[in-house]
Amino acid sequence: MSKQIICKNATLGYENMTVAAGIDFSVGSGDYLCILGENGSGKSTLIKTILGLKPVDSGSIEWSDGLKPSEIGYLPQQTLVQRDFPASVYEIVLSGCLSKTGMRPFYSREQKELAKSNMERLGISELSKRCYRELSGGQQQRVLLARALCATTKLLLLDEPVTGLDPKAQTDLYEMIKTLNDSGITIIMVSHDVNAAVRYASHVLHMGHQKQLFFGSKEDYLVSKVGKSFIITENGDEGDTPEPEKKPKEKSDAPALLAAAVPVAAAAAASITISKLLKLKGRRS
Amino acid sequence: MGEMIDKLSSYLEYPFVQYAVIVGLLIALCSSLLGVTLVLKRFSFIGDGLSHVAFGAMSLAAVLPVIIKEIAAGISASGEVSGTAKSIADFVADLNNNYIVLPITLIAAILLLRPGKNAKIKGDAAVAMISVGSLAVGYMLMNRFPTSSNISGDVCSTLFGSTSILTLKPDDVNLCILLSIVVLLIFILFYNKIFAVTFDENFSKATGIKADGYNLLIAVVTALIIVLAMNLVGSLLISALIIFPSLSAMRVFKSFRGVIICSAIISVICAAVGIFASILMSTPVGSTIVSADILVFFVFCIISKITKRA
Repeated sequence: MSKQIICKNATLGYENMTVAAGIDFSVGSGDYLCILGENGSGKSTLIKTILGLKPVDSGSIEWSDGLKPSEIGYLPQQTLVQRDFPASVYEIVLSGCLSKTGMRPFYSREQKELAKSNMERLGISELSKRCYRELSGGQQQRVLLARALCATTKLLLLDEPVTGLDPKAQTDLYEMIKTLNDSGITIIMVSHDVNAAVRYASHVLHMGHQKQLFFGSKEDYLVSKVGKSFIITENGDEGDTPEPEKKPKEKSDAPALLAAAVPVAAAAAASITISKLLKLKGRRS
Repeated sequence: MGEMIDKLSSYLEYPFVQYAVIVGLLIALCSSLLGVTLVLKRFSFIGDGLSHVAFGAMSLAAVLPVIIKEIAAGISASGEVSGTAKSIADFVADLNNNYIVLPITLIAAILLLRPGKNAKIKGDAAVAMISVGSLAVGYMLMNRFPTSSNISGDVCSTLFGSTSILTLKPDDVNLCILLSIVVLLIFILFYNKIFAVTFDENFSKATGIKADGYNLLIAVVTALIIVLAMNLVGSLLISALIIFPSLSAMRVFKSFRGVIICSAIISVICAAVGIFASILMSTPVGSTIVSADILVFFVFCIISKITKRA
């Protein structure tokens, strides 16, 4: 099987701050890789680096097998701008074909057909003229997925595609992604959902604090120490974090300070919300 | 009613009124097209910032001949202005102000809309800084090197464009027509790309589209439009010309194309109504146009409430 993306000992980060280090994996054509990890472990950064939106700090991420940017589809996390963007579903899906237009200013007939067929594939044809901002979360994700499909023939990168969806919509979306994978498209998906990962993915990359905890096939992951502890904590006692990522290394002060600040801030926010709620209740009664 | 039409048609025979109508409609069209993109990219205030830069540049252009003469007088011991300095100053004075304002505004636009990860966070502070700074420096220059006895009148007309649209020269009109055609062509040819970059910059970049290049293009076109619009509504009201039509259109229309077309129509109609109303009621042109835009905005708000309920 030919490799499409090879990542060797890559270090990722934002301006002087390392988010993840020692990332080592490869993705073959037709694979379904699920990237797991806690908030802040650099999952989204990794996706952006793979896409070339950010440079690699050290090490390398290579595209092989003649992969070109115009053959990649990307389902990003939703941005604030998009929530109230006045655009019809068809316009958004069609914009996925843009990289295929090259220097021509307008879309060709085939590209319009491609957009329509992808909308049919994801069951959103009847939404074609609807406004994006009026759709439900699940429908919006499907629109963005249809757009990503217009852009890709080989590789699809998904950044937490099920965030904010109800369980039914989540399952639908996962099944849809699985069907796409079965039709030969390589999938790289970032997720929090370890259960979905082990159910659908063929490979798992587990990222911990500033280092890689696991990369390998799903079967290996299920019997690995990391996999076991993570799946148990996910399904059972949530308070217990798995051993390998228990203590963040005190490499520099900034992350440690940040780590300390987060719970404090969270507690403060929680107490404010609670006090507000109490006030509200008081007013009502 | 007939009286009003008579009055209008008699005014329309004057070339300066014809110029004002042509320039006004073109500027309204261009600014509304780009306004949609700017509002959606959360750059509503860029228009404001850049227009203040243009104000500063305009003041600089206005006082430059005076400054040159003063400096020349300072250098020569006798206090007399030498012939070369005088001819340079005259040359600058004859030069269309736009040739000085345009490059300065372009540079500011590129600096403010410069692509970069943190540009957005620094963005609003940078806009505020540049806009207030150039406003202050512009006003100071106008006071220190007065070109006429009526400084506050000059400042007022630069800020609110109260009379400048009625004092256009054929040269200004030609430049305006040329720039408008450039803006329209750019917009039509790059319509799909501008949409994609506005809706999702990261996706565009990831799939191999040069998003930074298109952002730069948007910055350049924004600067062009603002310099154009300075003539019509003055620097303070440019933001209104950019944001009101697009916000009105966004109330009612649901597709990007619909919003763009509607906002262009709103803007052109409001500009026409504003110009004619200002002639009839002898009100300042810029603020009359913007008042028409505000009125339309409220009408569209009501329409959107009604259609949502239905």
